[in-house]
Order: sequence, then structure tokens, then C-alpha cells
Amino acid sequence: MNNNKVVQWIDTRLPIFTFMRHALKEYPTPKNLNFLWNTGSLAGITLLIMIITGITLAMHYCPDPEDAFQSVERIMRDVNYGWLIRYIHMNGASFFFVLVYIHIFRGMYYGSYKSPRELLWILGVVIFLMMMATAFMGYVLPWGQMSFWGAKVITNLFSAIPIVGDTIVHWLLGGPTVGAPTLNRFFALHYLLPFGIVAIVCLHMVALHQFGSNNPSGVDPKHPSEQIPFHPYYTVKDLLGLSIYLFVFAFVVFFAPNFFGEPENYNPANSMVTPVHIVPEWYFLPFYAILRSIPSKLGGVMGMFGAVFVLFLLPWLDRSRVRSATFRPLYRPLFWVFVLNSIVLGWIGSQPPEGIYLIIGRGATAYYFFHFFVLLPLLSVIEKPLPVPDSITLYLDQKKRAV
Amino acid sequence: MLYKIIREHDMTKKQADQNVQSKERRDFLQLVTTAVGGVGAACALWPLIDSMNPAADTLAESTVDVDLRGIEPGQGKTVLWQGSPVFIRRRTPDEITYAQNMPMDTLLDPERDEARVKKPEWLVVVGVCTHLGCVPTGQKPTEPKGEYKGWLCPCHGSQFDISGRVCRGPAPTNLQVPPYVFLDDHTLKIGTNEA
Repeated sequence: MNNNKVVQWIDTRLPIFTFMRHALKEYPTPKNLNFLWNTGSLAGITLLIMIITGITLAMHYCPDPEDAFQSVERIMRDVNYGWLIRYIHMNGASFFFVLVYIHIFRGMYYGSYKSPRELLWILGVVIFLMMMATAFMGYVLPWGQMSFWGAKVITNLFSAIPIVGDTIVHWLLGGPTVGAPTLNRFFALHYLLPFGIVAIVCLHMVALHQFGSNNPSGVDPKHPSEQIPFHPYYTVKDLLGLSIYLFVFAFVVFFAPNFFGEPENYNPANSMVTPVHIVPEWYFLPFYAILRSIPSKLGGVMGMFGAVFVLFLLPWLDRSRVRSATFRPLYRPLFWVFVLNSIVLGWIGSQPPEGIYLIIGRGATAYYFFHFFVLLPLLSVIEKPLPVPDSITLYLDQKKRAV
Repeated sequence: MLYKIIREHDMTKKQADQNVQSKERRDFLQLVTTAVGGVGAACALWPLIDSMNPAADTLAESTVDVDLRGIEPGQGKTVLWQGSPVFIRRRTPDEITYAQNMPMDTLLDPERDEARVKKPEWLVVVGVCTHLGCVPTGQKPTEPKGEYKGWLCPCHGSQFDISGRVCRGPAPTNLQVPPYVFLDDHTLKIGTNEA
């Protein structure tokens, strides 16, 4: 307990210090977490960076079609350090998705979505969905050519809904097409949603601390000796990860700030001319590929949304009792096939929808759903898992002997 | 036997020393880490804070040129300079005499009229009351000028003479004289003292 009288006085009435000590210091953590467990805290820090830079940018940005593009250029040229703040915000979105994708794949590999962590996983998917909405609306704000046509294509997805589709699109846009009301509301929502994400992240943390972190063995800690306090062990590990991460982040911001961007978006929005080659940001490409692979408007839209929503069902599609892929001889290679397939989908999404790309895209789309709806339930039945050690200690002994 | 005891005693002493050393080492590392992190965070914060300072294009609007043709003696003109009104007044000989002979004990912030003008005929002051920032009335012939032939602040009743000097509070100081320069007989540049 802290000896400071003021801290004690406050803590008796409002136990925030006790809470912080439990959550950030004493929080018992499996002793064998690897560097993939850095992605959670790194994503949290990135969210903070995005909110702070975003608030600063909002002080200079004008959400009006007449001024939006110019105000962004003004930020780049005239506002003190505006170029730095915008490049951090712009690339921060990409880095955020890199972290979150690694975070999701880690959960899939080590079976972190399985009982009793289903709600933890579902909250994570909710965060992912909110991130996608926020990123999409943020990309519209500079009001370049890609912003405008991206907004047009994505909002038109909803017109695929039978009967009420067009009404819904008009409601979303606030007019017959993408225009001033659309930009204004996208700005309002782009500002609002991140705070919603913060709220869900807090719930994500509450759910996490209920049963504690999963670990590479997938076996729950059985003995206090298998756990170590979060501070200083994982604060130090997270700090090391953060240092390396910020190094890479700063490198991109300072030396390749437009690496993830599209040059086309530095042309002001023109509602009369669609760019020849229109692609979304890289983090949407796999879903975009699924959209284009299905030769039906409604089917494509359902496929695209289904590809995200299927993640909600994952804890019940994979019935295997073994968590970590380490002990699942069939699931482990198939996991990597799934990762590869997702990368192929991303690559297809960046190519024109014709010829061989269309064929590969259809195959990859089919496999994506095959993995979830056929392979995972099937594996739960036919796979013979390797013997799972009784405890983390035994798992680590086993690993040492193998080496 | 004795040798062994001494040796064991030495060992524990050595270990204890090592423990103290490693604790000091850890404290030192923690301090250094915190310091480096703190300095880094502060440096990272600076661009965000500085971005709220006036931007380059805002600063570029810092001067304004005024055409003085068409302003007759006794008339005035109000121009916008850095977002604030500037009162330009072409004073009549009577007004000049009145301003120059104003008794100093009437003034709350005594200052000679000669020190507030570059040409006695032209008075240039920032039209913002030094109390809380309202724009005083008196620029238009129809507006109340107060008792001292100058300006009257509608917010809290401060009164200024025809030299822009405060004669009645609550304003604490005279209307500010901006930097300005006459480019030629009929052009005034506000915002700089150099042509």
C-alpha cells in the first residue's frame, strides 16, 4: 500500500489506486507469454496516438466539400508540425490494422477464443468492426478522388438490400449521392466512434482479467509459481516491444509517409470522373476481393459482411477442446493455409477483377468460408490432438527437452 | 575448520553486498528508464502543442494597406487588422488642439498626444477596449462619442478622448497604437513600422 497520505485519503473514498495496482501491477500473468502478446498493449497505445493526433487535426480540418481538401493541404503546409501530425494519423491507421490482424491471428493460433473467453473474443470482433467503420469514414475526410469514390462504392453496398436498399442509402448519405451532408456526418461519426472503441476496449480488458491471459501452451496456470506479476515483468517486455514498434512507425512516418497511400487521393474529389483503378485501403482488400468474387450484387455484399461476422461464430465452429495449435497436428498447417489464403485474398483485392485474378479470387473466397464452416467443425471430430501437458511447467519442460 | 567458517562468513558478506548492489542497480535503471521515457513523451507532445499556435498562413495576414483618399477632416475609417478593427481618424485642427491641451489629470493612463501619432492629422488606434475587448462606438457620426469627443465603450462605459486615451474607467489603459507607417501621402500600412 502506498504510504502517501493524499493517495491513501483518495483511495479510501475512490479506490482507483487499488484498481490500478490490481490491473497493471499485481495482475497475475502466465510466465510464458511470447512477443505476440505485445500486440494488445501496442494496439491500445496506437488507439491513444490516433485519438490525440485526431483531436489536433480536427482543430484545423473543415468538413465541407468546398474546404475539406484545401484544409488538409493547409494542415500539411501551414499548420505548425501539421505534416507530422497528419502523417502519424494516416500511417497510424495502417499500423493499427497490422497490429490488430496479428492480434486476431494470434488468438486463432492459440485458441484464445475458446471457453471461457468467448465474450472476450466477441468484444474483440466488435472493436474490429468499429475500427473498420472509423477507418473508412476517416479515409473519406480528405475529400480526394479515392475518398469520394470509396465513399460512393461502400455506401452503395447497402443498395443491394432488397426493397429498402435505396431508401437506406439515401438515409446514410443525407441526399441523392455523396455530398456535403455525407462529409459532415462522416466527420461527426469519425470523431465519435473512437471513444466508443475506448469503451469496448475497457470491457475487453474486464473480460480479459476475469480469467487472465491465455498463453502459448493453451493450458491454464495451475500453480502460483506459473504466474508472474504484470509489473515489472510484462511492463518491461511491452516497453521493449513498444520501442521496436515506435522505431518502425517513425521510420515510415519520416521516410515513407505515403507508402500505404494512393497517389490518386491527392487529386481533389470530382463527382464527374471515376479514377481508372479504384481500390480501398490495403486493410480492406481481402474483404473487397470477396465482394468482387461473388457474381451477384446481394451475394457479394453478404459474402463481404459474412467474412467478418463469421468471426463471431468462431468459438462455436471450432469444437476442439484443445486450445493451442501446438498440440493440434491437423489444425496447425491448416491455420497457416488460412493465413496464406487471407494474404492471397488481399493481393487479389488489389488486382483488376478479370481473367485469372477472378478465378483465383473465387477459389480463395470459397476456401475462406470452407475453412470456417467445414474444416473447423470437421477437425473437432476427426483430429487426434497430441497429449496436452497438465501444466505450463510441464509444457516448458517438454519444450526444453525437445531442444 | 576455522578457515571454512571464515570463508562462509566472507561468502555471505559478498552475497549481501551483491544484493545491495543489484538493488541500487535496479533503482538506477528504473530512474533512467522513467527519465528517458518522460523526456521522450514531452518531446513528442511539443508538435501537438505547437500546432495550436498561429499557422503560417494566419501569420502571413499580419499587415494591411489602407487607402486614405476620400477621408475628409473629421471623418474616420475602420479597417480589419489581424481580426481586430483599427480606427483611423483624420482629425480637424480643433480636435488636434483639444487632444494636445487635454489636462493630464483627466487621463487615467497619462500619455502625451504627440507620443501617440506620427502625423497629428491622423490618429491610428486599435478599436478594442482595453477593459474586456468590446469595440467602442464613435467611429460613425451617428454613434455616441462620450464626453471627450472620442469613443464610448457600450459594454462597461469606458470613455476615450480623440487621442484614444482613457478618461473614464473601467478600462485601465489607453487604446493601443498599432505599428504603422505612411508609405506615401495617401497610403497607410498597418502592422509594421518599416516601409
